[in-house]
Amino acid sequence: MGKMTSPYKWGMVIDLDRCTGCGACVVACQAENNVGLCDKKEIAEGRDMHWLRIERFWVGEYPDVRVRFLPVLCQHCHDAPCEPVCPVYASYHNPDGLNGQVYNRCVGTRYCGNNCPYAVRVFNFYPHDWPKPLDNQLSPDITVRSRGVMEKCTFCVQRIRRAKEEAKGEGRMVRDGEVQPACAQTCPAEAIVFGNMADPQSRVARLSRSPRRFRLLEHLGTHPSVYYLKGGGREHV
Amino acid sequence: MSESHESYSSHESHKTNGTHATNETKTAGQLNDELLSSLRPPTRRWYLLAFFLGAVVAWGLFAFTWQVTHGMYVTGKDRPVMWGFYITGFVFWVGLSHSGTMVSAILRLSRANWRRPILRAAEAMTVFSITVAGLFPLIHLGRNWIFYYLIPYPNQRGLWPNFRSALLWDVTAITSYIIGSSIFLYLGMLPDLAVARDRSSGRRQQLYTVLAMGWRGTAREWVVYHQASTLMAALIIPVAVSVHSIVAWDFAVTVVPGWHSTIFPPYFVIGAILSGVAAVITLMIIIRRAFHLEEYLTPLHFDNMGKILLVISLLWSYAYFVEVQTTWYAHEPIEWEVFSFMANKYTFLLLLMLVGNSLLPITAMCFKRLRRSIGVMLSVSLLVNVAMFIERFLIIVPSLSHKNMPFIWGSYRPSWVEISVNIAALAGFALLYTFFAKLFPIVAVTDVRELEVREARVPLGRAEVPTVAGEE
Repeated sequence: MGKMTSPYKWGMVIDLDRCTGCGACVVACQAENNVGLCDKKEIAEGRDMHWLRIERFWVGEYPDVRVRFLPVLCQHCHDAPCEPVCPVYASYHNPDGLNGQVYNRCVGTRYCGNNCPYAVRVFNFYPHDWPKPLDNQLSPDITVRSRGVMEKCTFCVQRIRRAKEEAKGEGRMVRDGEVQPACAQTCPAEAIVFGNMADPQSRVARLSRSPRRFRLLEHLGTHPSVYYLKGGGREHV
Repeated sequence: MSESHESYSSHESHKTNGTHATNETKTAGQLNDELLSSLRPPTRRWYLLAFFLGAVVAWGLFAFTWQVTHGMYVTGKDRPVMWGFYITGFVFWVGLSHSGTMVSAILRLSRANWRRPILRAAEAMTVFSITVAGLFPLIHLGRNWIFYYLIPYPNQRGLWPNFRSALLWDVTAITSYIIGSSIFLYLGMLPDLAVARDRSSGRRQQLYTVLAMGWRGTAREWVVYHQASTLMAALIIPVAVSVHSIVAWDFAVTVVPGWHSTIFPPYFVIGAILSGVAAVITLMIIIRRAFHLEEYLTPLHFDNMGKILLVISLLWSYAYFVEVQTTWYAHEPIEWEVFSFMANKYTFLLLLMLVGNSLLPITAMCFKRLRRSIGVMLSVSLLVNVAMFIERFLIIVPSLSHKNMPFIWGSYRPSWVEISVNIAALAGFALLYTFFAKLFPIVAVTDVRELEVREARVPLGRAEVPTVAGEE
């Protein structure tokens, strides 16, 4: 088998100047991906299931205090620390540059979760159920994960798959903006932009060349697919 | 009990003259009697001990079942700290398993004769502790019931495990170590099994007959036996060193601050030998007391083990110093954060570790009088192992608590399930050992007697010369 290549390299740009920290992306992600519902106790124990979290930082001294938000989701690293450590290939790299997670293969060593410097992998410590009528909301496109399984942001791979299949049926590439993960679709400030980094003309690729760009923990050499555009205000640190 | 009658009877016929017989005047039969005394029918106290240990193991099994049926939330783990007491226990028991290799193989190759009475005990300890260690990674899985995904077996889906993962190296290394150390133990026991076979009756004899594989003690058998055991001793050392290096790679190959350190493999091996040697000392004291082997495990043996403990403890202190010193010098912010967090939150444990692994053994083992005192050796060796458990805990947990993203910093507190399983592991180890000591010769009879034959002097003309000049 030859080297698997793909015309797509999915990537994301998050403009921190636009992010208001409203949390709509967190809710959208939860609704889209059959993410388990956690009660107060689970969250207090640090076992919440959010694939996407908004980190809040206070900057400056009182009274000149600003709040900064940093939405953190799986960075879909091209040299992902989580992938080589999985003993069963549950965590793998797909040709489109996504960090895939095969839930049915996962045995729950949690090694990937330890080795993820961004701590975006969430583990099903609790068995989760969806009380009626919430069970009607479960997406049929995605596995409902059992307890003991590691899960994570997939850039809504089910949407990507569908868009790719439709495009293939029509004999074309997926158009820019045709596919969006739930977080990007929901963001009222349009802070999150998603697209094909391999296409230099795509909106996401153009934004990722902005002088304001940075990537999280770049010094670790993980080569994330998520770019952040830092705020340009005077409070910027 | 009919079982006890048929199981084992000491040879009365060999009992000779004096009650105050010294080693040299004892006959072969007497020696065998004394050294194989552990094989006598179990007493009430033995049954009580076995029952107690069995009860603790049963409690541990209950805790494990609780975890399997409920979910991993019954442990104390959370988002940043996804490994805890189980992996601590795993590393600890792998460390203990270095005892047998250390004492038996290295001392065999270096021809230290004082190893002889303790080598069986040490080798058995290796086998049992690595077996216990091997259970921990399986206990800690989120979905234990599909643990076989970790094993490379042919399947219809054409799926293989990931050989790039350090966990798979673990599986490979531990499996080879279990096999290797079991062969090493069994091989060394072969002549003793033959002795036991010749001196027992009934069901026990059937067991020993099968296990002794027709050993008759011919000259050729002895030659092959010595060659094989020397070869095996040489082969098992690299395996032992590689096992703990690989366990260290579980941590060293990651990007977790505090784990990602090149000193880890040698540091882990040294730590393993430290806890192994300490455990052998503890075990020597217990066996000496339980089977009345004061004549065979003399203060000389403890003196020698104390010297080894001193050297290894110095090595450990050096390795620990290097680890902390390089981190301090580099002053990488996140690594330094991990170290300061550890020093702040786990100050007491850190101090206990430093005292138990470094300060106390180094100071106490410098003095011959202390090395020869059983009480001191017992307390030092126990404290070393407590400190080694803490050391593993302090390697694993603080690093995970304060990883690169400060927003997701957390902490860890072991739950009753994890503590129960760890205690049950200790009890399970002791239980296996108790059964082993009852079923198989716990003192290497032939090795001890071989030494006596070697040291015996026979008259040759007017002079007295040793019977056998060299070893092997």
